[in-house]
Amino acid sequence: MDLEIFGLFMYGISLLTMTGIYAVSCLGLNVQWGFTGLFNAGIAGFFAVGAYTSAILTTPEHAGHFGGFGLPVPVGMAASMITAGIIAYAVAKICLRLRSDYLAIATLGIAEILRLILKNEQWLTGGSLGISHIPRPFDGRGQPWSELGFLAVVVVIVLAIYWLIERGLKAPWGRVMRAIRENETAAEAAGKNVERYRLEAFVFGAMFMGLGGALSAHAFKFISPEAFEPLLVTFLVWVMLIIGGSGNNKGAILGAFIVWTIWSMTELFTGFLPSDWAIRASYIRVFLIGLILQLVLQFYAKGLIPEKPPVIPGKNGGEKAGGD
Amino acid sequence: MLEFINFYLIPGLVLGSIYALGAIGVSMLFGILRFAHFAHGDLMTLGAYLALTVVLALGWSPMMALPIAIAGTAAVAVGIDWAFYRPFRSSPTIVLVIASFGIALMVRAAVQLFWGVEVTPYQTGIQRPIILFDALRVAERHFVIVGGTIFLVGVMHYFLAYTRMGKAMRAMSDDANLARVTGINTKKIIVWTWIMGAGMAAAAGVFLGMDTQLNPNMGWDLLLPIFAAAILGGLGRPYGAIAGGMVIGFMEELSSYPWIGTEPLLEPSYKTAVAFAVMVLMLIVRPSGLFRGRVF
Repeated sequence: MDLEIFGLFMYGISLLTMTGIYAVSCLGLNVQWGFTGLFNAGIAGFFAVGAYTSAILTTPEHAGHFGGFGLPVPVGMAASMITAGIIAYAVAKICLRLRSDYLAIATLGIAEILRLILKNEQWLTGGSLGISHIPRPFDGRGQPWSELGFLAVVVVIVLAIYWLIERGLKAPWGRVMRAIRENETAAEAAGKNVERYRLEAFVFGAMFMGLGGALSAHAFKFISPEAFEPLLVTFLVWVMLIIGGSGNNKGAILGAFIVWTIWSMTELFTGFLPSDWAIRASYIRVFLIGLILQLVLQFYAKGLIPEKPPVIPGKNGGEKAGGD
Repeated sequence: MLEFINFYLIPGLVLGSIYALGAIGVSMLFGILRFAHFAHGDLMTLGAYLALTVVLALGWSPMMALPIAIAGTAAVAVGIDWAFYRPFRSSPTIVLVIASFGIALMVRAAVQLFWGVEVTPYQTGIQRPIILFDALRVAERHFVIVGGTIFLVGVMHYFLAYTRMGKAMRAMSDDANLARVTGINTKKIIVWTWIMGAGMAAAAGVFLGMDTQLNPNMGWDLLLPIFAAAILGGLGRPYGAIAGGMVIGFMEELSSYPWIGTEPLLEPSYKTAVAFAVMVLMLIVRPSGLFRGRVF
């Protein structure tokens, strides 16, 4: 194979892998915001917790940080979901009663504190040195097979989550979620335990964010507090969901693809610039993504694939009572 | 005891002043526009860097550059509101939160683009502290910061209590519909809220830069304590925000005092957690804040 084409092929694989990783988190945000209307400004916190949990559990022993368990990667991923879920449960128990703005501030605070812990608790996380030698599934099979193998893992996970959420939406659970988002009081009047449903949505969403973080740790094989600028992860995932179309799972995945492609293509482009300009250009990138967000919010508020109203079963023969 | 005053109480007062100035804007904006302004910290950063430009270009002291920084930041804030927040006046407020989240990053990216990412001080060289009563060591900049804060709070008080616009602003914060019915020009009030809020934020940024150093993340890092201060004081209550800022500032500094034994009670690197804990506690126990602000 021609060397240039092969490079392009490898670039495409890494692009799709990252798209998938972000799509996992973006689907998580869609459960929280798109379907239930819960604002989460602390995506990066759950992402980082997932990444560190899986990294600590799957790496071999190392003097710099806690661990040495060397567990299989799927165990690490499952644990990352559980840890993110537990933290989300604690946050939700305290903050979900609050109005959306307060929840936004509270989640922001949680992310900040998680960042402080990851940075300062050197015995646990290796501090600013981070954790290296994180195993990756299908590693060591040579190019491009190891990369393709990992991409397959990511794709399977994205599809599984997609199916799971779509299934949940068609179930009474999903209908209650939308009902709560549209009119909380009405849902409560209909006898739904609003607080419990919101809690479930928040925890589920956060678990997917944790899984996204775990996948990114395995993809890069290395993590440190600086490896993912916390605000950037939160911001990118939000932009992905809003551009793609919040409330629509296909939109969430499409948004992840488009935004990540723009993000990584512009990085490629700035790589050609002289180094002084390249650094400056990276800030223009952030600025432009922010501007795109503003324009989408103002002119395409529903996103590229808007949410579809659910099909009401047996519409002609009278609406079936939605069982709880 | 003296060590306690010099290294904990005075820094607490300085930090509290900076928080208070930031929280005034957050609280006012919450009262008038009813949303949590996530870009407020980055307006502080912008103010600090505008002053830096004046300091470097004209060789003025940061205090002399302060009015220019305030005016510049206020103008930018009014422009941002016009272009990016105004279209969402009748949307759910959470859309404004998302928009301001994006603005926060845009402002910071602009700062990084124009001024770079290096940590810069306003002035280099060692500053001698002023020694009072042979024992109290107070850095000159601390006098300036606390004095400047008192002056600005005085200006704010005059504005809110004695000017027509200030009174109208308080009326709108209490009940927007009632204010509109009585013929108050709400558009004008919104502009003035931005001028006041962003101006105070710019001052907070300049003071923070004087106290420590300038870096593009300086404002964003202060967002959480500022929100905490505004919530503690009661949203929509600028006077409460001052009290809230002072309380948070003192608590953060005092949390690392060795109250028990010789070790700091809390590692200084976890200071931010104090603000967060106070905020969450307040939201649970008394969401209206100390000064009975609005609960939204």
